[in-house]
Amino acid sequence: MTLFWPEGSGDSLAIRGARVIDVTAGIDGAFDVTIDDGLITSVEPAGDPAPDLVLAPGFVDPHVHLRVPGREDEETIATGTAAAAAGGYCSILAMPNTDPVVDSAAVLGALIEQARESAAIPTGFLASISKGLRGEELTEMVELARLGAAGFTDDGHPVVSAGLMQRALQYSGAAGRLLALHEEEPTLSRDGQMNEGTVSAALGLAGWPSIAESVMIERDCSIAAYVQRPLHIMHLSARESVAAVRAARERGVAVTAEASPHHLCLTDETVRTLDTNRKMNPPLRTEDDRQALLEGLRDGTIACVATDHAPHARHEKETPFEEAPFGVTGLETAFAALNTYLVETGELELEIVLERMSSGPARVFDLPVPRIAVGERANLVLIDLDARWLVTEDRFRSKSKNSWLLGQTLKGAIVKTIADGRVVYAA
Amino acid sequence: MTEVTTAPLRVAREGDPPLPRRHLLSISDLDRNAVERLLGTASTIARSLDREVKKLPALRGRLVVNLFYESSTRTLSSFDLAAKRLSADTMALRSSGSSVDKGESLKDTALTLAEYDPDVIVIRHPHIGAPDLVASVTHAHVVNAGDGKHQHPTQALLDLYTMREALGRLDGLHVAIVGDVLHSRVARSLIEALALVGARATLVGPPTLMPRGIESMGCEVSTDIAAIKAADVVYVLRMQQERMDAGAAYVPSLREYTSEWGVTPGRLRPSQVVMHPGPMNRGVEIAPEVADSAVSLISEQVRSGLVVRMAVLYDLLAGGPGEDARPLEVA
Repeated sequence: MTLFWPEGSGDSLAIRGARVIDVTAGIDGAFDVTIDDGLITSVEPAGDPAPDLVLAPGFVDPHVHLRVPGREDEETIATGTAAAAAGGYCSILAMPNTDPVVDSAAVLGALIEQARESAAIPTGFLASISKGLRGEELTEMVELARLGAAGFTDDGHPVVSAGLMQRALQYSGAAGRLLALHEEEPTLSRDGQMNEGTVSAALGLAGWPSIAESVMIERDCSIAAYVQRPLHIMHLSARESVAAVRAARERGVAVTAEASPHHLCLTDETVRTLDTNRKMNPPLRTEDDRQALLEGLRDGTIACVATDHAPHARHEKETPFEEAPFGVTGLETAFAALNTYLVETGELELEIVLERMSSGPARVFDLPVPRIAVGERANLVLIDLDARWLVTEDRFRSKSKNSWLLGQTLKGAIVKTIADGRVVYAA
Repeated sequence: MTEVTTAPLRVAREGDPPLPRRHLLSISDLDRNAVERLLGTASTIARSLDREVKKLPALRGRLVVNLFYESSTRTLSSFDLAAKRLSADTMALRSSGSSVDKGESLKDTALTLAEYDPDVIVIRHPHIGAPDLVASVTHAHVVNAGDGKHQHPTQALLDLYTMREALGRLDGLHVAIVGDVLHSRVARSLIEALALVGARATLVGPPTLMPRGIESMGCEVSTDIAAIKAADVVYVLRMQQERMDAGAAYVPSLREYTSEWGVTPGRLRPSQVVMHPGPMNRGVEIAPEVADSAVSLISEQVRSGLVVRMAVLYDLLAGGPGEDARPLEVA
């Protein structure tokens, strides 16, 4: 058991006429779906199709910063999970780079208790690979896993020591959990502020080169192959990285990967605005890198879309670009951004977006795979593909407003989210 | 791939003037006409400075705030004097000895200063994007006097002015920019400005100090110091020792830098002129004999700095491209 939220009973409702798309189940057509006490009890051809509505398996986000404990001014479990529910998510996994770090049973236990009290959707927690994210000693992975850690990551930091990486991969086997890696060779990325390339050359911002990511992926895939353990690469940003993951998979390494909506939609050209909501780690890269990410998403090299939802206090982002922290929010805009930027423009199929936002990440992290079939718990998202909405601060349930989409009109709105049988969001 | 709709960089605020305020945040804020207009105004001003009474009444009653978060000799003194020569009130605020020492954010400092209704805020800051932030939270015209490694547009304008005064033209001029381009806001501004006026730029220096992708700004790159011989102007950059973090190892030693890329008399050909934005490291990037020789335009650059900054202040507040612009009158 790695997902936690308050106990409750399932809802009963019917969703009629929507285009039901479940890539895993091989369904695409107009159906009436009936839910009784949280269970899907019938999926029948619709008498009256509503073509703009899509009903799909609920989204799963394996990469969210809930900022708890330590920065409750930026996000809480209640606000972050409410944002996720509004974004169509039926479960999320939170990152451990908090203050204190989620590196002990005490901290993890307290988080699980909070989630059982205040999470709006089922929520899981990754614990850190190394104590204090210092990259020196392993955390007590077996105990943490037994308590409910969904996996391990030092997100925000690379595991610099190859030796520690090897032991972490080996030991994660005893814990039976996956390692999720932030890949960054620190002597190459140094104090990098954005992608190294023509835009950084023109702006004078210190460059964070693509190879700083890919050389670490290559290293860790080699170690994983040697110790015969799986691994997951977080927030891929560069063509070289996609190639490294693909090559490792071809030679049999059990490596999976994720990409964020902002890396899929934007390039480093947008940093010319010096808008601090265009500052991410890893940084936005070139059009060629973006195309490589899309290819990776299409061919399955990248199994998951992950938001890397990173709330930041307003005063921390209202600074000169170089002083601002990395990261943007994403839970409430992920689907609409991908739909507007990629599906509407013909760059990506809707089915791929829906699969990579749902069953893809669920499988990677061994979470319940949302499915639309009789007898399944209802984990569903109902989407109005035709709805246009303006992204404004006051729409966000997240405590933080640092979205790269502010002021933009997006197409595609979440109408209803059902998580583990309960309606958790209704527009 | 273009963005679907772009969020405005500067959020409009209540009470904003109807027309966008003009700023000078980057050379990319200017077009060729604007550069010509500014250099023309600077020439007019230069003639006025030959008189005994050097003060012009153009900006009487206006307030120019100089907000400096980095040390500066030339830029701060010339902006201050430029504003005074145009009869504006001036106020200087340095980061040390102010509330910045107490951890006040740039936004809060800017909001505090905005309460005095400054017409212009001139800002120098170690971090890229600081002038943009000040422009977004105040109603003042903002002039970037250097932000990190990004831009120093008035330096580029005064360099163009100096070149045109000395050589009579800008179009077709060939300028070699030598040294630490990676850490140089002066180089970035100058490369853009030279492209704008039809001049040619060649960057010369060690490969580790050339930003990857810099050719996309429309310049050539060479690692051979002999490449400076082809240029009309040899523009020497300061070796930015204070920006060289320990262990970064951009060059093995200053000694090797000087022996390979130092600008010495033997590496120049007759009829070339030499420029340097200052402050110089004599004996490092430039030989003292070169700095003090007749081919050096370094002191001309300082004089140009005053008139060009007067022209920029005048242009933002009273001149500009608009219909209500008043040409500067020098009685």
